[in-house]
Amino acid sequence: MSYTIEGASGAWEVVIGLEVHAQVMSEAKLFSGAATEFGAEPNSQVSFVDAGFPGMLPVINGECVAQAVRTGLGLKAQVNLWSRFDRKNYFYADLPQGYQISQYQFPVIGRGEIQVELSDGSTKMIGITRLHLEQDAGKSLHDQHPSKSYIDLNRSGVALMEIVSEPDMRSPEEAGAYLTKLRQILRYLGTCDGNMEQGSLRADVNVSVRKPGEAFRTRCEVKNVNSIRFVMQAVEAEARRQIAVWEEGGEVVQETRLFDTGRGVTRSMRSKEDAHDYRYFPDPDLPPLVLQQDWVDQLKAALPELPDERRARYVGEYGLTPYDAHVLTLEKETAAFYEAVASGRDPKMAANWVTGDFFAGLNRHGEGIGESPVSAADLGALLDLIADNTLSGKLAKEVLEAMFETGKPPAAIVEERGLKQVTDTGAIEAVIDQVMDANAGKVAEYRAGKDKLFGFFVGQTMKAMQGKGNPALVNELLKKKLG
Amino acid sequence: MTAATDLTLAGARAALARRELSAVELTRAHLDAIAALNPRLNAFITVTPDQALAQAGAADAALARGDAGPLTGLPLAVKDLFCTAGTRTTAASRILGDFVPPYESTVTSQLLRDGAVFLGKANLDEFAMGSSNTSSAFGPVENPWKRQGEENTVLVPGGSSGGSAAAVAARLALGATATDTGGSIRQPAAFCGVAGIKPTYGRCSRFGIIAYASSLDQAGPVARTVEDCAILLNSMAGFDPRDSTSADLAVPDFAAACERGVKGLRIGIPREYRLDALPAEIAALWEQGMAWLQAEGATLAEISLPHTRYALPTYYIVAPAEASSNLARYDGVRFGLRKDGEDLKDLYERTRAAGFGEEVKRRILIGTYVLSAGYYDAYYVKAQQVRALIRQDFDRAWDQVDAILAPTTPTAAFGRDEKQDDPVAMYLNDVFTITANLAGLPGMSVPAGQDAKGLPLGLQILGRRFDEETVFAVGRAIERNAGFSALPALRAAA
Repeated sequence: MSYTIEGASGAWEVVIGLEVHAQVMSEAKLFSGAATEFGAEPNSQVSFVDAGFPGMLPVINGECVAQAVRTGLGLKAQVNLWSRFDRKNYFYADLPQGYQISQYQFPVIGRGEIQVELSDGSTKMIGITRLHLEQDAGKSLHDQHPSKSYIDLNRSGVALMEIVSEPDMRSPEEAGAYLTKLRQILRYLGTCDGNMEQGSLRADVNVSVRKPGEAFRTRCEVKNVNSIRFVMQAVEAEARRQIAVWEEGGEVVQETRLFDTGRGVTRSMRSKEDAHDYRYFPDPDLPPLVLQQDWVDQLKAALPELPDERRARYVGEYGLTPYDAHVLTLEKETAAFYEAVASGRDPKMAANWVTGDFFAGLNRHGEGIGESPVSAADLGALLDLIADNTLSGKLAKEVLEAMFETGKPPAAIVEERGLKQVTDTGAIEAVIDQVMDANAGKVAEYRAGKDKLFGFFVGQTMKAMQGKGNPALVNELLKKKLG
Repeated sequence: MTAATDLTLAGARAALARRELSAVELTRAHLDAIAALNPRLNAFITVTPDQALAQAGAADAALARGDAGPLTGLPLAVKDLFCTAGTRTTAASRILGDFVPPYESTVTSQLLRDGAVFLGKANLDEFAMGSSNTSSAFGPVENPWKRQGEENTVLVPGGSSGGSAAAVAARLALGATATDTGGSIRQPAAFCGVAGIKPTYGRCSRFGIIAYASSLDQAGPVARTVEDCAILLNSMAGFDPRDSTSADLAVPDFAAACERGVKGLRIGIPREYRLDALPAEIAALWEQGMAWLQAEGATLAEISLPHTRYALPTYYIVAPAEASSNLARYDGVRFGLRKDGEDLKDLYERTRAAGFGEEVKRRILIGTYVLSAGYYDAYYVKAQQVRALIRQDFDRAWDQVDAILAPTTPTAAFGRDEKQDDPVAMYLNDVFTITANLAGLPGMSVPAGQDAKGLPLGLQILGRRFDEETVFAVGRAIERNAGFSALPALRAAA
């Protein structure tokens, strides 16, 4: 059942397109050699080019172009061997040149597509219209002085990829899934760190509503939404606002809006009438960007494995469930961690431990996988201790928790706490004998056919062994002795 | 002995090499001439005597060590559009009135590398926009030449490199850097009786040159002889990775090319340049130029450049469009003039209203208009199409000829009070020079004769892209035949 919003006049369909600005991972800016590190002292990463000084000229940074092409390849998109930079002219205090260098008419990357996974297990293809390179502006700080604004030009000239989707999404969930998947691909490719809190990934959300089967109605753009959750909220809030406008007999006007995250509503930023006339024209300081097919082919050959391919491999090669494969490939770091654990071990068992107790432990300790106190090597070692019967599954869980608490390797914890599993059949038999002696009545009942009591004997035996008995051996020996 | 200020650049170099003259003496002679004449000519916005003498002292030391570069000890003027580290660079605009760049333009850094002495910064039309050097915020430049019998009429030196041309003509410098966007080297050279070349677009780096119209701007030298221009261009030219439009080509020996001769060269005479309104003496000089070249073994061929008549309107769309964007950075926020306002918009309006002169404002308005939504296709896109046709005209011509000969300007220098009310009449002055910028071709003006009132007239040589060598060879042949020896009324040691 497709997503609709029920209004007074019936069901409304929501149409969503996203424009995502992704900061290119690169040592230097798009047209200058200045550094791009986040959080540096204000105006400490600014060249004369970035500050728009007289006589300064832009020179394209080849690595930024390579990153855009890698991203295009990752989006299965057309790479345009000929593209061009244009100037987008407007005045603002944090725009030193008085124009932004962007690609308006001829972007470096053309049509592509992304497959998104939805919660009901289905997938959907979302079209990519284009990807182009452009410069970021600086930052105006209005809260540092009662009557003045401060300008930080560190970000001025930093390379951005603007990735524009087709209006193919029809629900907040699809918008969220698209952004999640796009972010995942960028992070796999290493072309954008995807950090929405630091602003290296920002989304402009285009929303319109219509009655099912209708042509598109007027859309509004919600600018600069900086988390996936807010994107989903903004879609719904904006759709509901538009439905109310239409149903009250009004007309939605094309405009730019902002999402008020505190109140969960969008509000008008500027109308179409106030829109800038950007006076785009080709930047005469930059010749057209001409790429060689050989170079593009080399980048393609060196592309890392992408999430879809990795997921397929986990299902095909490792025999994981599609769900586990999905969860393990969501983050590049998780997949790398999983592969380190699974290497040379049973991949399914590794997947169960990573997605089960390990994730639970991370959650409990409030850590991300990057800061995990348990390394992949140590988790692998823990699995080895299970495989060689040193630890039972139950004991292994205890050891893992201790690993989270202390950061120590499993062998050390087993040693310290004497948690080693008992596999000595003589020792186990001795305990079983005691248990049977103490519960002679239950033994008789069992032998009379009350099979359910078997679990009772396992429990009693394990309890007497403080859980250290090898479960398989305990089972086997109990069966033998109980006859 | 010839006065030091009357030496050619090549002659001065030889005299320094022979130690007949020290670089300090040569520089001091020019500084004295500037002190005497600049208050009247206003060819310099900024004079840097201390720096010049220090550089000259260093040059003498280098000469003594036998470690001289191609330009060691030779005093030059630098058009105040080239950023010079530590020396105020104004673009002749109030908006940059106090701007001291912390960096050096590539062209001037190469001149310094080769040992040149910088006397100061030459006046120009504000942001290089103009053909008369009357739009400078630092006052107009006076042409050192006088019409016979009209000694009190002030003539313009041409523009925008009017200060450079006037300084060289009046012997205030041996040579000067200049820039040419629509004729800004060649037209003032013609008006001031000196030589000047705009090389091929991409031959000299634009890094550190304050931009007017980026796709047209190109640096070049002004000097008193063709050979001097060649020597200067050899230092100024060359690939620069900091300018994406600079050409990654080796720089030929331009000075050697001057003496190649024109035997066997095919010289094109564009039919469309024979304007009805062309004064008879300019038409006659043009004929004379053809005869000289023919006599030296060149052949003449009439060629057609059919889109010539669209060049002027095309230029006045493309150049202002680029300028309107290039000049957006002068906003009072980071450097230069600032007039505080009630809010950001007010600050912009006050700063730019106070900082820019009338001609600059006019071109920013034209440029903003032609790039506006709804007008872009009709103006800017159309102009780019015409520009491609103009380039194509020349491409076809090069199948037939090796160089083109034409007048540099349709008139000799005019009076400061003439043509000022009608910007279009002023723009017409660039009719012969603008096509070379639109097509990116090298073009040179060589002083070749005088009008009836004794004012200098120039002939222009255009060549193929990156074939400055042929341009120099033809220019030198014209120069040799013309034997131009007239002197301006206002000059050093006169």
